[in-house]
Amino acid sequence: MAFGTGASSARGGSPGFRFTLYAILSIVIMFLDQKGEYLEQIRYGLSIAAYPIELAVSSPSTAWRWIHESVATRDTLRAENERLITLNRELELRSMRYEALAHENDHLRGLQDALPPVAERWIVAEIVDIQLNNLRQRVLVNRGTRNGLFKGQAVMDDKGLLGQTTHVGPFSAEVILITDPEHAVPVQIERTGLRTIAVGTGDTASLALPYLPANADVKAGDVLMTSGLGGVFPSGYPVGRVVEVHRDAVQPLAQVRAEPFASMNIDREVMLVWFREGHPAAPVSLNGGDAKTGNATMQPQPAPPRKAPPPAAAPATPQPAPSPGDAATLPIQAKPAAPKPSKPAAPEPKDDAEEGPPSEEDIPPKPEPKATQPAPQTSKPPDASTPPPQANATAPRATARSARAPAATPAPRQQ
Amino acid sequence: MNREARGAMLLTALLALILTVLPLPATLALVRPMFLVLTVLYWSIASPRAGGIALGFFSGLLLDVFQSPVLGEHALALTTITFVAVREHQKIRSKPAFQQSLIVFAVLLAYEALLFFIDGWTHHPVTNPLRWVHTVTGAILWAPVAALLNLTNDRRR
Repeated sequence: MAFGTGASSARGGSPGFRFTLYAILSIVIMFLDQKGEYLEQIRYGLSIAAYPIELAVSSPSTAWRWIHESVATRDTLRAENERLITLNRELELRSMRYEALAHENDHLRGLQDALPPVAERWIVAEIVDIQLNNLRQRVLVNRGTRNGLFKGQAVMDDKGLLGQTTHVGPFSAEVILITDPEHAVPVQIERTGLRTIAVGTGDTASLALPYLPANADVKAGDVLMTSGLGGVFPSGYPVGRVVEVHRDAVQPLAQVRAEPFASMNIDREVMLVWFREGHPAAPVSLNGGDAKTGNATMQPQPAPPRKAPPPAAAPATPQPAPSPGDAATLPIQAKPAAPKPSKPAAPEPKDDAEEGPPSEEDIPPKPEPKATQPAPQTSKPPDASTPPPQANATAPRATARSARAPAATPAPRQQ
Repeated sequence: MNREARGAMLLTALLALILTVLPLPATLALVRPMFLVLTVLYWSIASPRAGGIALGFFSGLLLDVFQSPVLGEHALALTTITFVAVREHQKIRSKPAFQQSLIVFAVLLAYEALLFFIDGWTHHPVTNPLRWVHTVTGAILWAPVAALLNLTNDRRR
């Protein structure tokens, strides 16, 4: 330890110089990473470098589980088998009527053919036993782009929504859980159809619904479903259950706490799901590109932008005329129109979707209860209280529904 | 000498990274010190020419991949404290163990403060006060960690 000052290094200049160099480099990296997706490649490369470490860290617990499973006794296996058989029977019973109901629903909604399920395929991924960050709710799963994963993919377990992928490497992907304080899911209360946003709290057992007005119709026990807004999750998947509603006379907003269905800290295996594009319940990507594919699969007119306005405007005139036309004509509208249409957008899709049948019978609200009447008045409160997230979330959905609407509605007309 | 020191340095840094991301029960994970940061600090003080600021930068970048929503966050923070440690390594080295722990505590606080501000600026804030806990445990564990690392560092024996 006889070296002099240490400041004059053999290579690369003084520490001050190197510090400046690396500091500037880090700041540039941060800036680029923050600005856009320029650094996805670098992250990708780094995640390859990190993969062996991940494997090394998780190997003891993997080995332990493997040993545990391979020495499981005949009795435990038989018990588990029995349990699974019972469960399977139960599920079969429950889903027996599903086909029939789906057909009936489609019939009532005036669709010719039964729609396929919105989940097209899924893969099971295992959660890698590794601590990403104590105070953020992130987990690592052992699937990556090699398996076709993409950024912003929905992650579920067998009980409900778990999260979405944030960074995808070749062998692994980082998943942000819905309970992360930075995560927000557009949800809908199943009982009333009220739409709002569920925000993570940082605690694995609770979600907050901070944007509900004090007079909103919500009570403990209400089930939250994904609303399909926001472009990541399809509509109708269970998210959680409201456990606590606190109304303060002074506060304009209610304090609502919900519990996610997915068991965040017990799960070992999760499902990554691909959704059918063009399906009415499917999420629509934010860039508006999906609006086009949606039209294409519905075998509509060759030039949708030109021809769409007249049919779309005509049926819609009784109610909120302007927005559906706009949405159908301009697929780019996602950003400019985002702040405004949130209010008309909510009521509009139902009018279009139910346009055919409801004239004869007013009972069919049954199959689509949440969509029918509550939405118009409920769309206002979240809109008033949460302009930015709600507006953002609603915009892509508007394009989805309206993109489908002109295609779906003219069909019966022509016959 | 330099090469051996560098080999030991990289190996211990890797081990420290593994310790940093090893899954632990929630409460233990909260009080777990940032072993990688301690290790980098040790090498910056004990043999500033072996790793120096480059070690800080690349360790930080690797830490970013695991722990940070923004690439470059830990890299900047670690580069900064490595710079301070390399600059002041002789002063720190000559202090008794207790005073060293105090200095390390201050450095870790500065490190966490940098992370805190960067988190805020990049809109990924974590305001939970528990995020500061690891600075205390890091300072407490500094002496044993440094003693352990001394075993790998021939020159210091």
